[in-house]
Amino acid sequence: MTRFAPIKDAKIEDTSYQPGEYKYGFSMPENYVFKAERGLSEKVVRMISAMKKEPDWMAQYRLHAYKIFMDKPMPDFGADLSGIDFDNIFYYIKPSEKTEKNWDDVPSDIKSTYDRLGIPEAEKQYLGGVKAQYESEVVYGSLIKRLSDMGIIFCGMDEALIKYPELVKEYFGKIIPSADNKFAALNSAVWSGGSFIYVPKGVKVDLPLQAYFRINSANMGQFERTLIIVDEGAYVHYVEGCTAPIYTTDSLHSAVVEIFVKKGARCRYTTIQNWSTNVYNLVTKRARVEEDGVMEWIDGNLGSKVTMKYPAVFLVGKRAHGEILSVAVAGNGQHQDAGGKCVHLAPDTTSRIISKSISLRGGRASYRGLIQMNKGANNARSKVVCDALILDKTSRSDTYPVNKIDENNVVLEHEATVSKIGEEQLFYLMSRGFEEHEAEAMIVNGFIEPIVKELPMEYSLELNRLINLQMEGSVG
Amino acid sequence: MMKITNLKVNVEGKEILKGVDLEVKPGEVVAVMGPNGSGKSTLAFSLAGHPKYESTGKMSLGGKSIMEMSPDERANEGLFLANQYPVAISGLTVNSFLYQLYKKRNPEGKAMKLIEFRTWIEKQAALLELNPDLLKRGLNDGFSGGEKKKLEILQLIVFNPKTVILDEIDSGLDVDALKKIAKTVALVAKQRKIGVLVITHYNRILKYLVPDRVIVLKGGLIVRSGTGELAVEIEKDGYKNEN
Repeated sequence: MTRFAPIKDAKIEDTSYQPGEYKYGFSMPENYVFKAERGLSEKVVRMISAMKKEPDWMAQYRLHAYKIFMDKPMPDFGADLSGIDFDNIFYYIKPSEKTEKNWDDVPSDIKSTYDRLGIPEAEKQYLGGVKAQYESEVVYGSLIKRLSDMGIIFCGMDEALIKYPELVKEYFGKIIPSADNKFAALNSAVWSGGSFIYVPKGVKVDLPLQAYFRINSANMGQFERTLIIVDEGAYVHYVEGCTAPIYTTDSLHSAVVEIFVKKGARCRYTTIQNWSTNVYNLVTKRARVEEDGVMEWIDGNLGSKVTMKYPAVFLVGKRAHGEILSVAVAGNGQHQDAGGKCVHLAPDTTSRIISKSISLRGGRASYRGLIQMNKGANNARSKVVCDALILDKTSRSDTYPVNKIDENNVVLEHEATVSKIGEEQLFYLMSRGFEEHEAEAMIVNGFIEPIVKELPMEYSLELNRLINLQMEGSVG
Repeated sequence: MMKITNLKVNVEGKEILKGVDLEVKPGEVVAVMGPNGSGKSTLAFSLAGHPKYESTGKMSLGGKSIMEMSPDERANEGLFLANQYPVAISGLTVNSFLYQLYKKRNPEGKAMKLIEFRTWIEKQAALLELNPDLLKRGLNDGFSGGEKKKLEILQLIVFNPKTVILDEIDSGLDVDALKKIAKTVALVAKQRKIGVLVITHYNRILKYLVPDRVIVLKGGLIVRSGTGELAVEIEKDGYKNEN
């Protein structure tokens, strides 16, 4: 198994990737036609599995999950989900069928945002949901070769299941069982797409791996499933999604992300979610961290109608560390119910949650967090900071922190602030010649700066620009 | 030139200024003095267009009425207010803010590039004896009183206004900082022909920023006006003679 042999401190130099040099193309549709039907049934689940030519265990896994999904009640907390009509959803559509959508159908405000962000035509169409995929074969080819030379596996989840069935079977669903919650069950039953990453012992990947580079799977699918395994002493940074708004006619996005951080390993997972505002975005993300391992979730939520997402870290080994940095922006008609969970199961484990939420134009942002310290988690330490910024009187912010502490010698700090953009701050900046929306954007960008500075450069710039656009659009 | 005629200002239903006439010519330094509660800061805020201050009468800059203008529009007419209590905005670094301010005031093409600007601004900060490390921090975030005031002056230099209002910029300053700030403003105003309206309770700033005229405000009205000598007299006798 040379693929898993340790390679120390290997580095990837990103010489081939140049922004703006994307090439793009279509994947060729395969030779069968799948008549998608609305709604979910055992038949649909079997069909999905059969079409993907999956091993039998996965088919059984899906069917079992389907039963759980049908039995489980809706969550009794968080955002209002009564608008979801499960019977009116296509649970599986071949990417080739998605291409039939027309560029003209994409709302003009989204198109103009692309123009303002200076996004190239091909990428615009991709983000607008017109093209099934957007890729750079040249970049991809050389990048993947270098990765595989280091023993790294980076491919679509569907592909991984076929190519590395044993590896997938060993880890799939082990941190987030189907029965975890209704939407994890739904994902387990109908999942399609998503990423699979395996980083061998001791390999440190310098270049952030981005879903962009993955070929032949619709990486922004409705029910994507991602599995990342970072072996002992290894490091990887995975970046999912993008800051530009993603238009989809699908009303429900329900993903599951599982991450295994082995002894002394480190994983950073960055997401910027900017779905169009008709989407229910209900995502379960969880990482299991062994001794001396580090897991960092950086989670940005800008788009969607409703988001419920609480990235979690389970600190199972001594001195394991978990970190969750979360930014949520809730505008008109949006409810961002976001936060994080840290579960301390071993001595000397540490965690930190920093949450920054902004609500404006009647939007609602909620922080929902859990810190749990089980018996035996001696000397565990955790710090939670949640700051909310409310821009106007019609907007709302809530905080729902939960602490479950079963050990005595632990430290838990919690800080929370709620601030409103004061007339004095606005006046101060306006008296320097900045228009109201510019002043607001400066205050908001300043507020989220502690998290934005953790993002890769191009993301932080784009996030700032996007917030500026949002302010511009909403004033006057 | 800034010109004010019969300016009346209400704050939360209460009349604070009751008809003020005032003129500041380019390059001229006019001091507005007065006891606490005389309406000095109200004058500053209403000129800058703070929405809380309801004004009637006339206010113009360079012959153009600013009465109906928002604060940013007034600023873009060349008006700069240096505040008594500068507001903090965390996460907005001073460097980034100053460069945005600079770009706002200087058309593309003629403006310095970021790298040039950084060098220039650090030099300006050093001249003001403002620690350049502060430029990397959030705007006024955790700054001392003196640092905040110096940053107001640094903004003034970047902004390059036609008229500047200094609202009790001398309050809470030690002698060295006061001297530095006053002398810098005097120099910049002279070089660039900026009209200066310096609002103060005390005479001491006027030793270094010498006024061409002094106006005494009391109970929302101008009760006296005169040359720089008047400031010295007030220093000696206080405001009790003004009735």
